[in-house]
Amino acid sequence: MTDQDTKLPSGRTRIENLEMRGITKRFPGVLASDHVDFDVKSGEVHALLGENGAGKSTLMKILYGLYKPDEGEVFLNGKPVAIASPTDSIDLGIGMIHQHFMLVPTLTVAENVALGLPSSRGFMTDLDVVSKRILELAKIYGLKIDPDAYVWQLSVGQQQRVEIIKALYRGAALLILDEPTAVLTPQEVDELFVIMRQMTKDGHGLIFISHKLHEVVEISHRVTVLRDGRKIGTRPTSEITKQDLANWMVGREVGLTPDRGTVQRGEARLELKDVSCDSDRGTPGLRGVNLEVHSGEILGIAGVSGNGQRELAETIVGLRKTTNGRIILEGGDVAGLSPAELTNRMLSYIPEERMRDGVIREFTVAENLILREHEKAPYSRSGFLDLGEISRHADELIKRFQVKTPSSETLAKNLSGGNIQKIVLAREISRAPRVIIAAQPTRGLDIGATEYVREQLLEQRRLGVAIMLISEDLDEILALSDRIAVLYEGQVMDIVPRAQATPEKLGLLMAGIRSEESLSVVK
Amino acid sequence: MISELLSATVLIGILASGIRLATPYLYAAIGETFGQKSGVLNLGVEGQMLLGSFAAFYVAFNTGSLWLGLLAAILVGAAMGLAMAYVTVNLRAQQGISGIGFYLFGLGMSELLFQILMGTVETAQGFPKVYIPGLSDIPGIGEIFFSQNVLVYGAFLLVPLSSFVLNKTTLGLKIRAVGENPDAADSLGVSVARIRYFTIILGGALSGIAGASLSIALLNVFQQNMTSGLGFIAVALVYFGGWKPLGVLWGALLFSMVNSLQLWIQVLGIPIPSDIAVMMPYVLTILVLIASVSRVRSPSALSKPFERES
Repeated sequence: MTDQDTKLPSGRTRIENLEMRGITKRFPGVLASDHVDFDVKSGEVHALLGENGAGKSTLMKILYGLYKPDEGEVFLNGKPVAIASPTDSIDLGIGMIHQHFMLVPTLTVAENVALGLPSSRGFMTDLDVVSKRILELAKIYGLKIDPDAYVWQLSVGQQQRVEIIKALYRGAALLILDEPTAVLTPQEVDELFVIMRQMTKDGHGLIFISHKLHEVVEISHRVTVLRDGRKIGTRPTSEITKQDLANWMVGREVGLTPDRGTVQRGEARLELKDVSCDSDRGTPGLRGVNLEVHSGEILGIAGVSGNGQRELAETIVGLRKTTNGRIILEGGDVAGLSPAELTNRMLSYIPEERMRDGVIREFTVAENLILREHEKAPYSRSGFLDLGEISRHADELIKRFQVKTPSSETLAKNLSGGNIQKIVLAREISRAPRVIIAAQPTRGLDIGATEYVREQLLEQRRLGVAIMLISEDLDEILALSDRIAVLYEGQVMDIVPRAQATPEKLGLLMAGIRSEESLSVVK
Repeated sequence: MISELLSATVLIGILASGIRLATPYLYAAIGETFGQKSGVLNLGVEGQMLLGSFAAFYVAFNTGSLWLGLLAAILVGAAMGLAMAYVTVNLRAQQGISGIGFYLFGLGMSELLFQILMGTVETAQGFPKVYIPGLSDIPGIGEIFFSQNVLVYGAFLLVPLSSFVLNKTTLGLKIRAVGENPDAADSLGVSVARIRYFTIILGGALSGIAGASLSIALLNVFQQNMTSGLGFIAVALVYFGGWKPLGVLWGALLFSMVNSLQLWIQVLGIPIPSDIAVMMPYVLTILVLIASVSRVRSPSALSKPFERES
């Protein structure tokens, strides 16, 4: 082999082969990783697929030196290596792009890259030298980046590029990408995939963690599925279908595309007329939003995180003041009404932050289930709670919504994310609402729980409820919505009927680009 | 009466003692800046100062060496810092509460040691004035800036020095990163614990010097609770200064000038009730903190114990 063959463009030697054998990690009460074997070769993308808690992150944190395995070994090019800390793994040429970016927003790109590295000037920083090298690497790998920009000024996609540069700068030959697409627009995902393909062509090995099946199928050469800490199998991606992968992940047959059926669209139940509000920072949060949600319809709200989604939900449910406009719920103006008054008008809300706004963690399941209706009969009379009735009510909902909990007296904080969402869903749906605002209802949930939540929302649609679905997951928006409104910087860019919506079209709108053909607003 | 305040001699006097009185604020607040920059709120500054103040006085008084006294203050402050670091970094205690604990410890311990070891208030010869050749002869300016003792010069030199360390060195970069996003620093192999130990111990040592500056350079006496809230004002100055040494300098000067003014008002016998005059720096603290609310963002990880996510 010539030098050309074994070197990467960054000048670093390739990692031909990295192998993890029999990796076992126990946490109190959980076997997070159970004798898992995993390997990745130079020039390939090896996808690691699994539900939440399947052990993907644990395995990768072990490889990156953040956790110590209880059993098992790591071999690099056939030789056993000890990885006790991130410093060790970086020295071996392993880099990790974390799901939550590991960047310091108040520092510049160059400072973030230089952090923790020895300087050519001893105890003084050498940011000019670092910047020069960053620009070199950026050129080699086709990543546009300004070393002097502050990280807080960058878009999410750009921040991810800083993470990649950071790893390459440290000589990463092998990169672990932990759910890198979760925060990106479709266009940014495409750009990332271009970079990833270039890197594998150059001889890097990539580990791609995801639970989005279509991305795994598109980008990876091999795929390994984990479930409950155990490895289910490894296959060349070309030899396996999405349906097989989904079934492997969940351990049973799952429906990937929910059955929407046809529902007759009814009267407009929720109307927003020229609604504006401020964000937490006092800047405009919503700017003149006009929307209608009809009975028997799901209106999807798409957009990149932070473009007014939270403000939209909070204004409608009475948690945020409008600065302008009217909100009409079944004919009556409700802007300025309190959440309690909106509750009486049968508005239900599935909040984005389910742990913070959806449940009270220190309350029992039964108590959480009556939060919205606790002042009403039959749960209370003249200010006295009817504990028997509350408990009966809880048992019924636990059964109907298949909540996995030891009892109705268990504290909410002891349940998994999926089961907590089921409690929220049970509380909000079982009261027969007229309108539901669902914000990121499946974020962070695994395929099984996601499937369940989506089915429940579709069921409500069949019952004629008007549903606003706010989601940053385009697949979800496309799978459930009848019409899709795209939010960008607090404004509705366009409203697209489902039949005309494609990820590309929505992606452009999400980036604030209005293509000429979609200029006319479709109602 | 006011006209008396405006005479050249008095003005020079006010400014010169203002510069001198900024010394303890500067040492303590810059030490605190390092801690807060790395994400640790140390409310025990006052306690560290009191013990440092006592140690400096006691050692200097008994050995006759001011430098040994200063060294004792540094060691005592650093030891307090070490204890604070163990409690906040290893035990991940709530920083505000443990800081108050350290304050009370320093207050009580300095009083106890004073009672056991000395019993009565003594005075000593402090660090003498050092006249900078040439510069100290300039009328007015010379008396205000260049006829001070060595600890005063040290305090003002600390400002550019700490600014340099925080902004131009790899250590400073690590400190800033640890205070803003410890997870990021950790993922790059920077030891969050080591950086925080360093800044808290450094802060303790500087608080010790701040205490020493009172007992063996400015007032040349040790009394019970002689800092009377100065350490807490130093913590407030860090907020006021926007976590920047230069900002801290302006804050320290503002306070020391007001302090100096109220001392001179009393000296000159201007008929303002002395209680009101003494209150001035404290009232100013409250006003300044109200004014500086949300002016600058504090380090994101301030007062949050660091723990690797599981």
